[in-house]
Amino acid sequence: MFSYCADPDTLDTMRWFACYLTTGVHKSFYLAFFKVLLLLAITAPVALGFGFAGAMAARSHLPPLRWLGKVYIAVVRGVPDIAFFLFFVIALDQAVEYLRHRMLCPDWEQPIRQGADFVVCQAAKMPLGTAPQFVHETYGFFIAVFTFAIVFGAFAANVLYGGMRAVPRAQLETAAAYGMSQRQTFWRILVPQMWVYALPGLSNLWMVLIKATPLLFLLGIEDIVYWARELGGTKTSRFTSYPHGDWRVWYFLFLLVFYLAFTRVSEIALERLMLRLTHGQATSGGEVQRKAAAS
Amino acid sequence: MKKIIPGAVALALTAGMAPAQDNTIRMGTEGAYPPYNFINDAGEVDGFERQVGDELCKRAELTCEWVKNDWDSIIPNLVSGNYDTIMAGMSITAEREEVIDFTQNYYPPTASAYVSTAEGVDVMSAIVAAQTATIQAGHVAETGATLVEFATPEETVAAVRNGEADAVFADLDYLVPLVEESGGELVFVGDKVPLGDGIGMGLRESDTELRDKFDAAISSMKEDGTLNDMLRKWFGEDTQVYGEDGGTGSGS
Repeated sequence: MFSYCADPDTLDTMRWFACYLTTGVHKSFYLAFFKVLLLLAITAPVALGFGFAGAMAARSHLPPLRWLGKVYIAVVRGVPDIAFFLFFVIALDQAVEYLRHRMLCPDWEQPIRQGADFVVCQAAKMPLGTAPQFVHETYGFFIAVFTFAIVFGAFAANVLYGGMRAVPRAQLETAAAYGMSQRQTFWRILVPQMWVYALPGLSNLWMVLIKATPLLFLLGIEDIVYWARELGGTKTSRFTSYPHGDWRVWYFLFLLVFYLAFTRVSEIALERLMLRLTHGQATSGGEVQRKAAAS
Repeated sequence: MKKIIPGAVALALTAGMAPAQDNTIRMGTEGAYPPYNFINDAGEVDGFERQVGDELCKRAELTCEWVKNDWDSIIPNLVSGNYDTIMAGMSITAEREEVIDFTQNYYPPTASAYVSTAEGVDVMSAIVAAQTATIQAGHVAETGATLVEFATPEETVAAVRNGEADAVFADLDYLVPLVEESGGELVFVGDKVPLGDGIGMGLRESDTELRDKFDAAISSMKEDGTLNDMLRKWFGEDTQVYGEDGGTGSGS
């Protein structure tokens, strides 16, 4: 990075750190922060979508749809995250490759399952074996987003389901008395009011999601915790120009500050959102706002 | 949702339908076990296995790409086809042979050693740290010692430094640089233990053709002495090397 970095052994402390903190590996570390933030930014809305669909399905009048919603919520909530991440991702990847194999290589004769091996033709590989590493990483990233969204979607579905049931029955009956259809009642009366009941649960989920990102390395994505562990580990002078002892505690301290700052900002944002959502609602929070405005 | 999902699947199915080429081989490694494999300052995979692997690919006329993967899931991801080989300091053992195939070894049967902070620790009854799912962990479990397992090699050594374990049991070559640079804090204790059938490249059992290619390449590297040169470069002049007949003799 800097011209004086050629021979780190001779540098004074300040310059040594300037060089050390700008090595290629450290850039990967900084990049990992963006990866984590991007993952959260994509996963949160997608998971909320899964949750909404799951909650709608679970309270549907059609029995098959209702069962589907309830089974989704029960199964995904019941399976440990780590098992889900190890099993489901590989299964999903294999399912995609199996479908592609069926479409692209119809005259393939060997069995797909050979002992423990999963063998599909080269053209069915997802992504292709010849694709650059960047494509593999992007594909892995979206598999991760999808998996996170399914897991957190199930929890969100349960929260939203509870939120929908918490809306006072009288509101829905009044809507029916005004001649609204089921669909109108749902979208115009139920959904706008349920958020205030669902938000505390959803904000918990958001906090847990922020902290769940180290599961990413199970999927082969190098997240910030992986890099902190890797960079902080003891480095001997044979393998690096910047030997140091066990510095993991400093790297993890940095992560601690990052996560605390991030969750604090989230808390503030969620509090503001809560204030907006309670406005005009028939809840104790809404009542407080009404009285404050009246006096 | 109903409209989106088939669309996404169709997109996934048609994405990148370029003509298939069979010769890009993805090489899986851990990247946390110097000098076998580690991440260098530039953020790339480096080490003995990187050098050997690149040479093997050149000789077998394959294009290779290195991929990092967590040790715990390194075998499941291989059999599932996410990469094609494992070169991660993985010893050839009967247990692993049941799930995957190995080439002949490119590193002679390894000596493993105990390291502690104090001389005179009885490694047969002490608390010994080892990396999960390694032959070292298996060995410690068979002795009378109490085994504590860690996910990465780094943590096993840290456990000894902070007193959580009395000794660490790992490959000798991993421990040597650490002991040398510890300034006397770490010392070797007990006897060295030869374990496993050497380190080989792991492949899917169905990939016999690829295994034969790499086997032939390893043979040719053993014959012309390039493998021995690399062994000496990464593990020092006193390391075990391959003899004329491809067997192992010690020292140089």
